[in-house]
Amino acid sequence: MRIALFIACFNDTLFPETGKAVVRILERLGHEVVFPEEQTCCGQMHANSGYGREAVPLARRFVRVFGEHDVIVTPSGSCAAMVHDAYPRLAELAGDERLAADVRALAPRVHELSRLLVDVLGVEDVGAYYPHRVTYHPTCHGLRLLKVGDRPLRLLRAVRGIDLVELPEAETCCGFGGTFAVKNADTSAAMLTDKVRAVLDTRAEICTALDNSCLLHIGGGLSRMRAGTRAVHLAEILAATEDDA
Amino acid sequence: MKGFPQAAREALADSQQRRNVGHATRTIRAKRAAVVGEVPDWEALRAAGEAIKRSAMARLDELLVQLEASVQAAGGTVHWARDGAEANRIVASIVKAHGADEVVKVKSMATDEIELNEALAAEGITAHETDLAELIVQLGDDEQSHILVPAIHRNRAEIRELFRRTLQDTEDLTDEPAELAEAARRHLRRHFLAARVGISGANFAVADTGTICVVESEGNGRMCTTLPDVLVTVMGIEKVLPTFEDLEVMLQLLPRSSTGERMNPYTSLWTGTTDGDGPREFHLVLLDGGRTDVLADPTGRAALHCIRCSACLNVCPVYERTGGHAYESVYPGPIGAILTPQLHGLREGRTLPWASSLCGACYEACPVKIDIPSILVHLRGRVVRDAAERGGLRERLSGERLTMEALARVFASRRRYEAAQKAGRAGQWPLARSGRIEHAPGPLHAWTAFRDLRPMPRQAFRDWWRTRGS
Repeated sequence: MRIALFIACFNDTLFPETGKAVVRILERLGHEVVFPEEQTCCGQMHANSGYGREAVPLARRFVRVFGEHDVIVTPSGSCAAMVHDAYPRLAELAGDERLAADVRALAPRVHELSRLLVDVLGVEDVGAYYPHRVTYHPTCHGLRLLKVGDRPLRLLRAVRGIDLVELPEAETCCGFGGTFAVKNADTSAAMLTDKVRAVLDTRAEICTALDNSCLLHIGGGLSRMRAGTRAVHLAEILAATEDDA
Repeated sequence: MKGFPQAAREALADSQQRRNVGHATRTIRAKRAAVVGEVPDWEALRAAGEAIKRSAMARLDELLVQLEASVQAAGGTVHWARDGAEANRIVASIVKAHGADEVVKVKSMATDEIELNEALAAEGITAHETDLAELIVQLGDDEQSHILVPAIHRNRAEIRELFRRTLQDTEDLTDEPAELAEAARRHLRRHFLAARVGISGANFAVADTGTICVVESEGNGRMCTTLPDVLVTVMGIEKVLPTFEDLEVMLQLLPRSSTGERMNPYTSLWTGTTDGDGPREFHLVLLDGGRTDVLADPTGRAALHCIRCSACLNVCPVYERTGGHAYESVYPGPIGAILTPQLHGLREGRTLPWASSLCGACYEACPVKIDIPSILVHLRGRVVRDAAERGGLRERLSGERLTMEALARVFASRRRYEAAQKAGRAGQWPLARSGRIEHAPGPLHAWTAFRDLRPMPRQAFRDWWRTRGS
């Protein structure tokens, strides 16, 4: 299958290893990955911060760049949710019926990574080996907007060598929330403290999730505390093999 | 008004309140989850609740006139109040017409919203709150911090101290809940027996019968609605339901979402007046107070569907940590964040739409399916556009606006986006020498005050992709 990678600007710029991991997993499973180089940002930060009008051209750009592709994957729950959940409202805000129709046609072809693997490609064991103690944080937009359910956990359980431990109060937000993290930094930090406490209680070395944005926040807190626990995107765990060990 | 970020910063430092609110919300969350989980058609009930509210709001004008006629036919009097000041004047004039200088009150958000107690005090009338939690707030000269449990920020030990300070015969009082309730009961009984006017809000009002419904746990509300000669109900106009049958859905949704009970202990329903039973005079005050302005916003108007259960507060990770006072409104939590700014035409609560990480737990819990996160995002847009239109040059040149506009231009072009990536990598080196950024300048300082920041790696994903030569 030919799969177009929607990397998300955040991953492209700060987390290239996550994008490389997606390519590695999909190619290992026998698929062809293409990367439309005209892609930039889906507009989530603008749309969620009150600059919806500024996000509309970015939605139009996304539709133009990915419109020709049949299967699109992104290693970001919140950017996938942006296309599914927020683009229709942006089209309405702009009164752009063409955009609304384009989004209706395109959104069902945009898949968050765990959904692509389990629902579209029908695999749970992607042939990974990861001999580490790992806990999984379900990020809010994946959980509540995309309803990924236990798909990421099913993928993780099939990883050889992994010691997967349950995160207490897993479904509570970590406090990232995009610009919330800087506009309401104190409240965000209070939420982060409780999330970090839950992560450390598991004694895991690795906290994983579908979104590097939330992981930048959780990992940034762990790093500040010199906690010895790292944040690693799900794709990087699923890409790892015995050759890496 | 301090605004949410500052008010929250202060509230977060209150360790006693953090513990009290954390404990209380965790307890209610668990109770709600258990009783919601046992209803097989919960999702269908939510959909029905939403549909009833949506249709009621779509023909609110017609339903209110029908309600007025039904209440009048049942022997009640209906008053229309444009705003809180008008509603307060109406209530005060009714109380004075009966020569009363004291009233007993049922717990009511609408009368808190319009500050009725303060308005009555200015007219020489003392209002006695009879809901236990409202009484605790009133005796302590405190402020409500939760819709259902206004004193949720207080624990038993604090309430015991308050009662010993303010109530008679409480020298030997312990912090056992039964003893605290008994002390309040003794105090309130005198007021119930003496008061000639009772004041209530309404959970629901039924247009086709003129019936008012109040749902409560303690029975104190029923004392207020049945003992005095005169009963005055102040209700926001959005509380109207078309038919009596609609209560079937609402009375299943509300208690389970609110107190986590299958059914609340007291449900009072009254229709006008009845000879020889209950009050001899009934007044209904219909309060607009900004609600028709909310109705004019097609996205924001769903906030009027709220049945004040407070499930959204109890599941909100922000509310759980800041408590209610940080919202600086009688309506705290996620619902307050969408209701307060709208009720005040964006003149108040302008920081509240940002008092959320958009995690969506509120929408998931809401019994009438109000999409609070989407309305928060919509209101952020309204506040930003309103500021740009009214704020003049200074607003147009604000750091945030300029940054957002610059980034929109960067993302609009692949060339500018890739150039920005290169510039970022080159510019970060003084900060990132240790492999992590611990002190960032500008708005990112708020990030590095609490968390390390990961530096940009030497190669963006797209640069690597090109090196593959695929």
